[in-house]
Amino acid sequence: MEKVSVKVCLGTTCFVMGSANLQELIDIVPRKYGDKVDVSGVPCLGLCATDWEFSKAPYVKVNNDVIKEATVEKVIAAIDAKLLKKV
Amino acid sequence: MSINTPKQTSHLKREILARLIRAYLGNNYEEDVRLIPYMMRPQGSEVPFRCCIHKERAILRDRVIAGLGFDIEEVKDSELLSTLADKATKREVPEEHPLTLLQTACNECVPARIHVTDLCQGCVARPCESVCRFGAIKVENGKSRIDHSKCKSCGMCVQVCPFQAITKIIVPCENACPVGAIAKDEDGLTRIDHEKCISCGKCVSACPFGAVHKKSHIIDIIKNIKNGKKVIAMLAPSIMGQLPCTPQQLKQAILDIGFSDVVEVALGADVTTKNESAEFIERMEKGQEFMTTSCCAAYNELVEKHIPEIKPYRSSTHTPAYYTAEIVKKENPDAVTVFFSPCVAKRREAMQNPNIDYVLNYEELGAWFVALNIQVNECEGSEYAKESSAQARNYGVTGGVAAAVNSLLDDDKKAKAHIINGLDKAQIRDLKKFAKNGKCELGNLIEVMACPGGCLGGSSTINAFKPALKQVTGYVESSPDVKDVIKK
Repeated sequence: MEKVSVKVCLGTTCFVMGSANLQELIDIVPRKYGDKVDVSGVPCLGLCATDWEFSKAPYVKVNNDVIKEATVEKVIAAIDAKLLKKV
Repeated sequence: MSINTPKQTSHLKREILARLIRAYLGNNYEEDVRLIPYMMRPQGSEVPFRCCIHKERAILRDRVIAGLGFDIEEVKDSELLSTLADKATKREVPEEHPLTLLQTACNECVPARIHVTDLCQGCVARPCESVCRFGAIKVENGKSRIDHSKCKSCGMCVQVCPFQAITKIIVPCENACPVGAIAKDEDGLTRIDHEKCISCGKCVSACPFGAVHKKSHIIDIIKNIKNGKKVIAMLAPSIMGQLPCTPQQLKQAILDIGFSDVVEVALGADVTTKNESAEFIERMEKGQEFMTTSCCAAYNELVEKHIPEIKPYRSSTHTPAYYTAEIVKKENPDAVTVFFSPCVAKRREAMQNPNIDYVLNYEELGAWFVALNIQVNECEGSEYAKESSAQARNYGVTGGVAAAVNSLLDDDKKAKAHIINGLDKAQIRDLKKFAKNGKCELGNLIEVMACPGGCLGGSSTINAFKPALKQVTGYVESSPDVKDVIKK
């Protein structure tokens, strides 16, 4: 089974607008999902330069889906949805 | 430890600051400021928090006013944001008190009291009746009722109820304030009593509606940079854990936004350590039972306003910010100095210090980087001109100041530290007791930091506590010992 990939944007804009508090995902996700999910903090995804700029930061990518105004709960829900689809 | 829980209110405040900075650096400042509430809630947009789009915009307008550095309570409703934006650039000195209340955003929370919920079963045991020392609770018609004229809100009934049916309703700001400085008036609106307020900023973090605001210096600071002044940044040690970059990259990023030089406040912390350890020895030799530290600005204000009796025990050594600003102004008498701060309280301290001109907090710095789209971790590193010690760079972490003082004391003279990690009502009672008795059983060096975790838990910080601590610790571990730095 292909792994779900989670990329937490740690670019400056996302970091200031809230991804500082998403760093805990990097601990939580492996504990919760084991090797079914790959999670990492990544440099700027460039999303703050597009559509909604900084106002919808922080951004997290779950596979190819962009989660705007991301929170730990939103990201976990998105991972659950991806894993469910595959079963 | 739940320090720095993420909040929508911080997101809102930072977004406003970023828009404000972008407006001021742009070509159409006044008009762009006027439009901020409309840009954030454009026609037909969702109304996420309030009753309607008009109230959302009205509240955003008030938040912009705080961002411009004005007192929201004093500005007239009819005044245009564009006019205020212009006025902000013409002011010579910033407002004195750092906090302002946003009455339109204040929820008019239910007054604090004990409340019996529907879960009450009117049981036979009735421990609530027997535990109440004021005769304020009785079962009537099968349910406990509270006589609010007798209830003292002690909360004993809440603790003993076997159904957890009794609850204490709190007003978050009142509950968070350790000195009773924020309270609701007869009209139901909340006000800050500036005579009592110690600027600890706990209400700012506590209010779920984001109704307590800091008056920003951001326009004043950028104005000085725009006018070509030599503006020097002085970075409090806790900043090294705030952004995803190295301390050297942070320095370059700050130079990139227009500062002329960047100095670590750890520089002054080494002076504090040296003086404070000498002072500790002297006081112990004179027979004093204990000494408290003196670098937390909220604690210092607490002492002035609420515990004057502890003054003889508080170290008379100045704060790291004081020594740093003194050194910087001596070397650059014509420079404008800006202290980069994790909290509200340092604003108060800085405004009373002639060597510090302005204060920029970490949220404001973050918003500045957002406004200019600066990636701090892509900056080239730039070295600090002066080396500071590991101990000094650890001042912003709870226990760090006491550890620094101890590092200069001989083994037989080491202090026994009692660490106050976050001020609350109980800690304040203890401090009063120590002052009254002239001794403290828990140690002879009391380190007081108003925020849990130390400055890393300050109300204007960006990073979560744990990763911030990891970053600061990494920097501390790569720094020289204080004994080697002081010798030089």
